[in-house]
Amino acid sequence: DAPQPQIDKSQWHDILVYVEHSDGRIHPVTLELIGKAHELARVIGQQVNCLMIGDHIEQAADSLLDYGVANVYLYEDARLQYFRADNYTEVFEDCIQRSHPAVVLVGATVSGRSLAPRTAARFRTGLTADCTVLEMRENTDLVQIRPAFGGNIMAQILNTNHRPQFATVRYKVMDPAVKQARIGKVVSCPIDPAKLDSRIEWLKIENKEQEVSISDAEVLVAVGRGVKDEKTLALIETLAQKLHAQMACSRPVVESGRYDVRRQIGLSGRTVKPKLILTFGISGAIQFTAGMKGAEKIIAVNTDPQAPIFDLAHVAVIGDAGQIAENMLKEMEGETVCSAN
Amino acid sequence: MNIVVCVKQVPATQKVEVDPVTGVLKRDGIETKMNPYDLYAMETALQIRKKTGAKIHVITMGPPAAKAVLQEAFALGADEGWLLTDRKFAGADVLATSYTIASGIRQIDHVDLILCGKQTTDGDTAQVGPEMAEVLGIPHISWVTELIDADDQALIVKQDLNEVEAVARIPYPCLITVEKGIFQPNLPSYKRAKEAADNPIHTLSAAQCRTLDPSRIGLSGSPTQVERIFTPTHDVKTMRLDGPEAESAAKLVAILKEDKMWEEENA
Ligand SMILES: Cc1cc2nc3c(=O)[nH]c(=O)nc-3n(C[C@H](O)[C@H](O)[C@H](O)COP(=O)(O)OP(=O)(O)OC[C@H]3O[C@@H](n4cnc5c(N)ncnc54)[C@H](O)[C@@H]3O)c2cc1C
Ligand SMILES: Cc1cc2nc3c(=O)[nH]c(=O)nc-3n(C[C@H](O)[C@H](O)[C@H](O)COP(=O)(O)OP(=O)(O)OC[C@H]3O[C@@H](n4cnc5c(N)ncnc54)[C@H](O)[C@@H]3O)c2cc1C
Repeated sequence: DAPQPQIDKSQWHDILVYVEHSDGRIHPVTLELIGKAHELARVIGQQVNCLMIGDHIEQAADSLLDYGVANVYLYEDARLQYFRADNYTEVFEDCIQRSHPAVVLVGATVSGRSLAPRTAARFRTGLTADCTVLEMRENTDLVQIRPAFGGNIMAQILNTNHRPQFATVRYKVMDPAVKQARIGKVVSCPIDPAKLDSRIEWLKIENKEQEVSISDAEVLVAVGRGVKDEKTLALIETLAQKLHAQMACSRPVVESGRYDVRRQIGLSGRTVKPKLILTFGISGAIQFTAGMKGAEKIIAVNTDPQAPIFDLAHVAVIGDAGQIAENMLKEMEGETVCSAN
Repeated sequence: MNIVVCVKQVPATQKVEVDPVTGVLKRDGIETKMNPYDLYAMETALQIRKKTGAKIHVITMGPPAAKAVLQEAFALGADEGWLLTDRKFAGADVLATSYTIASGIRQIDHVDLILCGKQTTDGDTAQVGPEMAEVLGIPHISWVTELIDADDQALIVKQDLNEVEAVARIPYPCLITVEKGIFQPNLPSYKRAKEAADNPIHTLSAAQCRTLDPSRIGLSGSPTQVERIFTPTHDVKTMRLDGPEAESAAKLVAILKEDKMWEEENA
């Protein structure tokens, strides 16, 4: 085989972050990407730019300057109001041609994982999925570490002879950016209107009804027979709201009629694989744990120090469900509770 | 009308090990099966065939033994199989894989619709579908949650976009990747497998794909390099909090904060 011609890495500079948003409401993964991008850019003495695509989103674009972003490349058009893979790829291409980034970071959301591969393929460059660790080498090569085989294997991936280097990153993996002095500007970018036509036609866009789908939830709070009264349940539900968690339960809670069967975890219920599950008053019968042992982190609260759920838990809290929930809420509201009464 | 379903043969278990000496995955002797997510793509094809009378092709890239995954697809109801197999395809990353499969699909006449699974259970990237659509220059929608309608012109599908649910019409030729749960997949049938014993399987090497550019396939056509593979270290040591509830609660909140599961509001 003939040796591959080497690319000129000096032609590719800065880190471009794709801004995920819904009608201008910026998805928090974006701030996490900006935070990571700053860290990476520091190593090579370069800057962080953003790409934002939509319609009537200038204010939101401007708000990103609070996080030390140098340029927010803004593309606005009525045809860009909602994500479509084909015309968004045209815009992404235009932005990359204009800014020549060394690295492009995209949130691993539904649209991000549709757009990033399509754009990476257009540039015939590599894309690493769902990175959990990103590090910058001085020669601007990005070290990307990601899980595969359902998390049983980690792979360290490089893309040394192609630019830009594309990576997607999931929400809640990186630390969010902190506010800093505004140094940047919003750059309104013109684009050939013919490129904004899409083959995909939206027939209906509706706000999602907050349907109970504990199977997809990232955070779950589950209650069992040990949660005996409505007051305790109300406290735990408030806690769940604060954690943006879905409520789930063991079978007796369904049998007592408190919760719908769609919230039941276990053999005769749903299988869940959240990043975090907090259980209150659940003993940990095998039929229950069969449905949740894939959770990344398990925190269990139970009065019984011998409860089988503790064999599985990363954090075992021996205590009363109501007391723990109440004190957590106080703690979250910033009250000192250590020496109350 | 012609539908192509992309199916991949994957290890039957996700519990693979890394050889500590060579640092490569131990794949020998591991049983294989159809990527479970591809069952949903197959079922979607069958549902569309019911409405449109389309013919269902299945295509896979893999070693010669990947022929088995095409036979699995026949047992589910596929009509015709395409096996892309060549030593030159080995070591492909997503870009080279998508390019290769797209080149294979170009050998099939009048393809209207390409269906992929949401992701695989081995490489796990969910990128092959969108990259293939780009190579072929056709529109795509990823992670379709519901097939609302299909005729001989277009699909009407639902996609779950973070805050909104969108219903879209996407005309052929196009590609979609489907979520699990779009349909309940049927089990493979022994009867159908027997009936399909004579279904044609076309084997394609790199040279047999008319439009294929050999510099874009296999390891040398892959921009990404897997530099190292390792097993993550799990420490499932249980932390026990058995002090007074107020103290445990404070500790819990600190843990949640550290895990980014909770942030102080208006911070
Ligand atoms: C075929 C079959 C299928 C089944 N499928 C399912 C299934 O899908 N899902 C499921 O959940 N179950 C299922 N079960 C039932 C299962 O075996 C258990 O009975 C059930 O999971 C127990 O629920 P629990 O933990 O809420 O209640 P219990 O086992 O009664 O546990 C209550 C726990 O709360 C603790 N507690 C008491 N007071 C407090 C307090 N004040 N604060 C904190 N903790 C307290 C207790 O120490 C105890 O550990 C199935 C059973 C069978 C036979
Ligand atoms: C540990 C590890 C990590 C990796 N990480 C990356 C990475 O970050 N970036 C990268 O570019 N490559 C990566 N690869 C290589 C990648 O897994 C392979 O290129 C693989 O051929 C395709 O990717 P996938 O399995 O992720 O498929 P996915 O994109 O997850 O598959 C989606 C769908 O595409 C179709 N499909 C996929 N493969 C085939 C096939 N062979 N035949 C027919 N249809 C198919 C199926 O319908 C499937 O449901 C990695 C490989 C390993 C072992």
